[in-house]
Amino acid sequence: MENKRNRWSNLYLVLVFVVLYAPIFYLMYYSFNSGGTMHKFEGFTLEYYREVFQDTRLIIIVINTLVIALLSSAIATVIAVIGALAIQRVRSRRAKNTLLSLNNVLIVSPDVIIGASFLILFTIAGVKLGFSSVLLSHIAFSVPIAVLMILPHLEEMSPSLADAARDLGASSTDVLTKVILPVIRPGIFSGFFMALTYSLDDFAVTFFVTGNGYSTLSVEIYSRARQGVSLSINALSTLIFLFTVLLVAVYYVLTTKKAKQSPAEPAADAGVPR
Amino acid sequence: MASKSKPFYLIPYYLWIALFVVAPVLLVLYYSLFDIEGNLTLSNYADFFTPVYLRMTLSSFWYAFLITAFSLLVAYPAAWLLTRAKHKQLWLLLIILPTWINLLLKTYAFIGIFGTFGPVNSILDVLGIGSQQILFTGFSFVFVSVYIFIPFMILPIFSALEDLNPSLLAAARDLGASGWTTFRRVVFPLTISGVRSGCMAVFIPALSLFMITRLIAGNRVITLGTAIEQHFLVTQDWGMGSTVAMFLIFVMALVMVLLGGRKEVRHGK
Repeated sequence: MENKRNRWSNLYLVLVFVVLYAPIFYLMYYSFNSGGTMHKFEGFTLEYYREVFQDTRLIIIVINTLVIALLSSAIATVIAVIGALAIQRVRSRRAKNTLLSLNNVLIVSPDVIIGASFLILFTIAGVKLGFSSVLLSHIAFSVPIAVLMILPHLEEMSPSLADAARDLGASSTDVLTKVILPVIRPGIFSGFFMALTYSLDDFAVTFFVTGNGYSTLSVEIYSRARQGVSLSINALSTLIFLFTVLLVAVYYVLTTKKAKQSPAEPAADAGVPR
Repeated sequence: MASKSKPFYLIPYYLWIALFVVAPVLLVLYYSLFDIEGNLTLSNYADFFTPVYLRMTLSSFWYAFLITAFSLLVAYPAAWLLTRAKHKQLWLLLIILPTWINLLLKTYAFIGIFGTFGPVNSILDVLGIGSQQILFTGFSFVFVSVYIFIPFMILPIFSALEDLNPSLLAAARDLGASGWTTFRRVVFPLTISGVRSGCMAVFIPALSLFMITRLIAGNRVITLGTAIEQHFLVTQDWGMGSTVAMFLIFVMALVMVLLGGRKEVRHGK
């Protein structure tokens, strides 16, 4: 009886995993199809991979995407460190909650609203749509999540550490760079990483603020997918999948090394659909 | 530096809040008061309460409800089984991994899977049902959306279940409760917070999806998100778009109040 039940429950879990991964492997499988369609596998070919690597426009877009992701997450992380310090300084509970709510507005807002309101903002402020508007919006939506990753580390830090440093004659710059920053470093890392994945993954917000002539990978995939099936998208997605797995593996190794000090579950780092 | 004063290095963060959190909402509010010619008017709001928009809003809610309900239905047992599994951290990572793959790529895959000659139709053929038009229907929209959202439903429920004290289950069993009673009277009420955050993480984005409707539902399904995108990027009627956005903001605030206040939504508990 117990055994039978176990088997059924395992079957259910396996089914969920199969469904979760089926589309991804489906894409990868047909990226090698010489038939040119996403059904009926005719023969093995690497033609679509060649196509991806010869598509200069696509390569420029990939570079754009990476530049935006790295730059925006770096800047967002700096602002987030400042934000976490700001939130931690606030003593009154009410003010702190208000600040935290303001911080979380962009996390819970639907992307369409973020995109549309940023479009209005940039148009009014006279920011040209393109690189700068995309960069600014990616910074903007990455800040709150990075704050949420950094804040717990800051609040776990014993306040006597900073006091002790000050008593020993450290200047406030020294306290910041030699005491506080090293203590919250794991939070800064995971904040940066989350910002990076947010930026790489974002479609809806970017779609609103790109304007003409500038594109990131998600926006490009969307416009290509709207034109129908093209196996170069499959080849591209296979490459992206491998890159993502690599990134996640690196992140996993980095965090599990630190995990011995603070057992953070990976679940806490889950992203948000964009 | 005195700790009472606001030191200048905190400025960038407050500037971020002012520019990218407060200002956008105010701008949307401001723009919702202008019609397409730029006249100050409340006509957008009047238009919003006409049958066309009301029907769209209603169908948007209906789909969001379906998506949330089905996600919950699939995710709860999965989360429960995950808590019992060996190597659960690894399993959990495997659940999270697909969320790191671009949403559009996963959606794009379904164009092939649900297509006229795709595997699903082949299976239907073999079963003797014959091929169906699956793509560009409400069904495919709900299916793909549920697919996309499942991990975001599993995670909060999983962490709620993890916090459940196992001795409570043993106690329920000792007192003679059946499996179903235990679930209904003990497990579910104690994990309701996880269910709540899961539903919030699914319901609000489900109201505003627009790329899935465009790619998979072929404009057969129109959500509030599609309407906003249409008004902002196609018809350039920012006023009406902002009005729909204001409504969505209002609903969002309402949902958050109803489902448990300002609790942090998508991350953990």
